[in-house]
Amino acid sequence: MEKTQNNRAWFLVLPVLVIVAFSAVIPLMTVVNYSLNDTFGNNQFFWAGLEWFEEMVTSSRLHDALARQALFSAIILAIEIPLGVFIALNMPKKGVWASVCLVLMALPLLIPFNVVGTIWQIFGRVDIGLLGHTLEAAGIDYNYTNDPIDAWITVIVMDVWHWTSLVALLAYAGLQSIPQAYYQAARIDQASRWSVFRYIELPKMRGVLLIAVLLRFMDSFMIYTEPFVVTGGGPGNSTTFLSIDLVKMAVGQFDLGPAAAFSLMYFLVILLVSWVFYTVMTNLDREDSK
Amino acid sequence: MARITLENLAHSYLKAPQGDADYALKEMTHVWEDGGAYALLGASGCGKTTLLNIISGLVRPSRGRVLFGDRDVTAEETAARNIAQVFQFPVVYDTMTVRDNLAFPLRNRGMDAAYVARRVEEVARMIGMEEALGRRAKGLTADAKQKISLGRGMVREDVNAILFDEPLTVIDPHMKWELRTQLKRLHREFGHTMIYVTHDQTEALTFADKVVVMHEGRVVQLGAPEALFERPEHTFVGYFIGSPGMNFFDAKVEGAIAHLGGAAMPLGAAYPQLSGRVQVGVRPEHVTLSSGEGLPVTIRRVEDVGRHRIVRAETPAGLLDIVLPEGEPLGAGATHARFAPDRVNVYRDDWRVAPAETHRGEAA
Repeated sequence: MEKTQNNRAWFLVLPVLVIVAFSAVIPLMTVVNYSLNDTFGNNQFFWAGLEWFEEMVTSSRLHDALARQALFSAIILAIEIPLGVFIALNMPKKGVWASVCLVLMALPLLIPFNVVGTIWQIFGRVDIGLLGHTLEAAGIDYNYTNDPIDAWITVIVMDVWHWTSLVALLAYAGLQSIPQAYYQAARIDQASRWSVFRYIELPKMRGVLLIAVLLRFMDSFMIYTEPFVVTGGGPGNSTTFLSIDLVKMAVGQFDLGPAAAFSLMYFLVILLVSWVFYTVMTNLDREDSK
Repeated sequence: MARITLENLAHSYLKAPQGDADYALKEMTHVWEDGGAYALLGASGCGKTTLLNIISGLVRPSRGRVLFGDRDVTAEETAARNIAQVFQFPVVYDTMTVRDNLAFPLRNRGMDAAYVARRVEEVARMIGMEEALGRRAKGLTADAKQKISLGRGMVREDVNAILFDEPLTVIDPHMKWELRTQLKRLHREFGHTMIYVTHDQTEALTFADKVVVMHEGRVVQLGAPEALFERPEHTFVGYFIGSPGMNFFDAKVEGAIAHLGGAAMPLGAAYPQLSGRVQVGVRPEHVTLSSGEGLPVTIRRVEDVGRHRIVRAETPAGLLDIVLPEGEPLGAGATHARFAPDRVNVYRDDWRVAPAETHRGEAA
């Protein structure tokens, strides 16, 4: 069949190209530029090749931040996913209380990140904070400003408080989509509560839980505002996660070259982990349907 | 296995039901014999599924009692009632293999492993899925999944009853026939009480010994397929069973004569004086065309459906369907219709009236 050839149609793609160029490609390329050059300001650049990358790959400062970051993400995933599922299972399925629960659950998600940080910063203070003062009065030695363990606990509890709702709401949506017939069949089959969870609820929630894990991993791996407001990365470097370290390096020390190399690698790590995660999960899905 | 008795049963989904209209299920008392194969037949929304769920215990009735044998199970949980139920849409445990799916109800009841294995094999053979036993249930077709659901319903031998809620809706037509035959054979073999909900009359009539026709929350007739065809107790049964359904005409009945559309049609028996809305009903199969005798007709359309022809005609009393047997000629002289007198039923306010001679009184 004869088809009309009209290459002017390519112009229709132009707006997208422009938007993507300005929103992603050009900013990223400036970072690439910084990472390959050394600069002393005035837009004067000296070619540095892969030097900054080499420096960063072998930097123990970055290794430590990466280790802290990985530990943080692992801990909050290990807490938030089971806790969110548990909450979702115990939420009312319908009626007024279901709506009340949904609104209450959504509240922490609506609070701006630095406000969350400020809330917990004050909440945990030993002199005027409700939590800190109560613990102090109860004779528990708690001070997030000079004890690394206390700082970690505060930051983790804050993240759990802030984000468990997201997991719970996703899991709740997954649960709500299970047809009643499944529960009825399970009752007829005399399935135990555990069996219902293991063979009906969990498989049906898998899709949303996959998304929850992915979102929570990416988000926690990039966390900056809340711990920065609460601890500022301290005491010492104990809560200096990757983003906090990056900002210190780029804005505080004005080491633009190493910081650019750092941020590119940071970006690639997140991309890589997310990709591996996604591929593994979709492959599992495909194997299932064979 | 048990006889199922429904005693003064009624159900409303509202918290404080006011009148009759609020009840999804109007008050009824029925005894369903042990080992019977029953079909619950009715249009969508007539209360079939509600009734089924009350029997299985998934719905607690607003009023009345359910008895299995002599045991009152009204307040008992589904699990305690020991029944099996197959739902309209396939319910399988996705992450389990077909084998584990079939074994699940048995294992939950702590059955012996050797018995479970033997029983699963038997059921797999029954539903034709022996080869698929080791596969995960997830990727199977809707057909196969529904067969697993059926299998899970039949895997326990000691159930009080097996309930089917339109189980063949998602199944391929040729498979439908096969599975229905299987169910029938199963019923003969093991004698379980089976209750089969459907809105498909063919399915109901081929499966069941007794068909329970429901209409607007009421059981309008419980009887053998033949009785439903010959003597529908309610105009709904006449209209719902048969293809096309029964012809109904407003008429004036005097003794053994029905006056309709200016014609006097003889009846098989004499009827008492009737008040209210009186109708006569006659199956299209029991109407013959004649010339110059009976109800005047104008033929509008003839449909050839293969084994017979359906004649759609107009009469002064209303529309009339006639089934013309294969090979019977349709001549130009066919100007009138005659009813087979003893196949004509008389209805008052939608319920069948028994003829006066039988001394049965008026059926209500």
